[in-house]
Amino acid sequence: MKKKWDIKLEVFGGLLALLWLAPFYLMFVNSFKSKKEIFMDTISLPEQWSFDNYITAFEELDFMRTLFNSLLITVVSVVLIIVFSAMAAYALSRAKSRLSTVLFFTFVAAMLIPFQSVMIPLVTVFGQFEMLNRGGLIFMYLGFGASLSIFLYHGALNNVPRSLDEAATIDGANRWQVFWHIIFPILKPITVTVAILNIIWIWNDYLLPSLVINTPGSETIPLKMFFFFGEYTKQWHLALAGLTLAIVPVIIFYFFAQREIIKGVSDGAVK
Amino acid sequence: MRTKDLSYWLFLAPVLLALTLVVIVPMLLGVYYSFTTWNGIDTGEFVGFQNYIDLFKDERFLDSLWFTTKFSIVSVILINIIGLSLALLVTGRVRSSKLLRTTFFMPNLIGGLILGFIWQFIFIKVFASVGEIIGMESLQGWLSTTDTGFWGLVILMSWQMAGYIMVIYIAYLEGMPKELLEASEIDGASTFQRFRYIVFPLVAPAFTVSMFLTLSNSFKLYDQNLSLTGGGPYNSTEMVAMEIFKTAFTQNAFAYAQAKAVIFFVIVAIIALVQVYLNKRKEVEM
Repeated sequence: MKKKWDIKLEVFGGLLALLWLAPFYLMFVNSFKSKKEIFMDTISLPEQWSFDNYITAFEELDFMRTLFNSLLITVVSVVLIIVFSAMAAYALSRAKSRLSTVLFFTFVAAMLIPFQSVMIPLVTVFGQFEMLNRGGLIFMYLGFGASLSIFLYHGALNNVPRSLDEAATIDGANRWQVFWHIIFPILKPITVTVAILNIIWIWNDYLLPSLVINTPGSETIPLKMFFFFGEYTKQWHLALAGLTLAIVPVIIFYFFAQREIIKGVSDGAVK
Repeated sequence: MRTKDLSYWLFLAPVLLALTLVVIVPMLLGVYYSFTTWNGIDTGEFVGFQNYIDLFKDERFLDSLWFTTKFSIVSVILINIIGLSLALLVTGRVRSSKLLRTTFFMPNLIGGLILGFIWQFIFIKVFASVGEIIGMESLQGWLSTTDTGFWGLVILMSWQMAGYIMVIYIAYLEGMPKELLEASEIDGASTFQRFRYIVFPLVAPAFTVSMFLTLSNSFKLYDQNLSLTGGGPYNSTEMVAMEIFKTAFTQNAFAYAQAKAVIFFVIVAIIALVQVYLNKRKEVEM
């Protein structure tokens, strides 16, 4: 079926998109202005595209290190969530019993618990065991991220025929080999979804790192941004340069993986 | 694999351990602590329902609960209307569909904290200069009153989440049988009739999903609240999540904050269960 083209709708869509991008435009153009120029005029392009604000923000944010911290925590957490959630979902989907059902529903029910309800005991308990550090944070992400990931993997695994497992077992593979060589590769589409949903959440998380990370130098981007912004509340030129820097990695990621991201979010919500 | 096998438990061990230590134990401890005078270190003494009785007389807490409820209702309605409209737009007769989807979805990739800071600049600085140019006094000092702070939060949340909800509606709209629409067009149905009698019933399941997502996200909002208004002026835009945080870590009233957190959980759980119930009922009808 060929769609007719509606020029009015196209123009309307374009204008709406510009409106949607306006906050980013305003952030970007003002990040090159001087303090005085922002005061005079926030709408037009800067008189001179000066990188001074960026140099200050880059240094004050300790940007390369902060970026590395965010990458490290996100990558390690997401890899652990994928590996362990897929394994757990596999066990729960293959060993059908009342126990498996109870465990599965425990994981799903845990999604109902808002973070604020466990936050205070979590921090005090982990504090007593000296686990308020990056290792502890990654472990917490595994605990909070497992529910949705197991739910998604479990749904996908129910569509993978058991005859595959049996055939591989007859050929002499053990559980571990069956899972990693036969089953896990089949789960690739859902793994992409699980990865994307967890990357978005963990990369942007502020509250949990703010409670767990308390050594200078191991801050993630949102955490560092909070302190940075507090310091420069009255100095918008620096604050905006810092904000722009903070979102550049996300824009690059989005540019390369936009199809997978939108598909992953849609699959995650619909399934 | 059987549940008696060692491999079953080895496959489950890491997530079971993490879930237990990170969610289950803190939840159970939290419920217990909410009945005590716990201060973060010592359990203190058992006081029964005292903390719960106190919190129902705590005006700041009740105000934040009311503010959160108002905010959530307005956000859910606006986000769903905008999200569905965007979905209809990008699945309609436009060629730039992919580019539009990418654009509308973009805010969701950036953390709420950072988005809140960006909008703080817009409400404070840009609104003020636009107000000056077009001579509208009312654009001055946004975020410095309770009302404009409320709408600031609503605008930020709608702008951010509409694109997410759009993606969900698109999934259902694209799964819709095209023949139905074509047939109705041939039969002479108007755009409104087609929407009312064909599109709307078919996207109804999407409505349940997106309603649940917007409602629970609005109710649990913290980052955007913190970075946009910080709860000000005079705590009047403080939402429940932030109120609990401040009770615990600013006032050091751990047990009391935990009682609030338990009530918060009960409310969120009721919202979720009602949603699931309504969802199931609808499925039976269809």
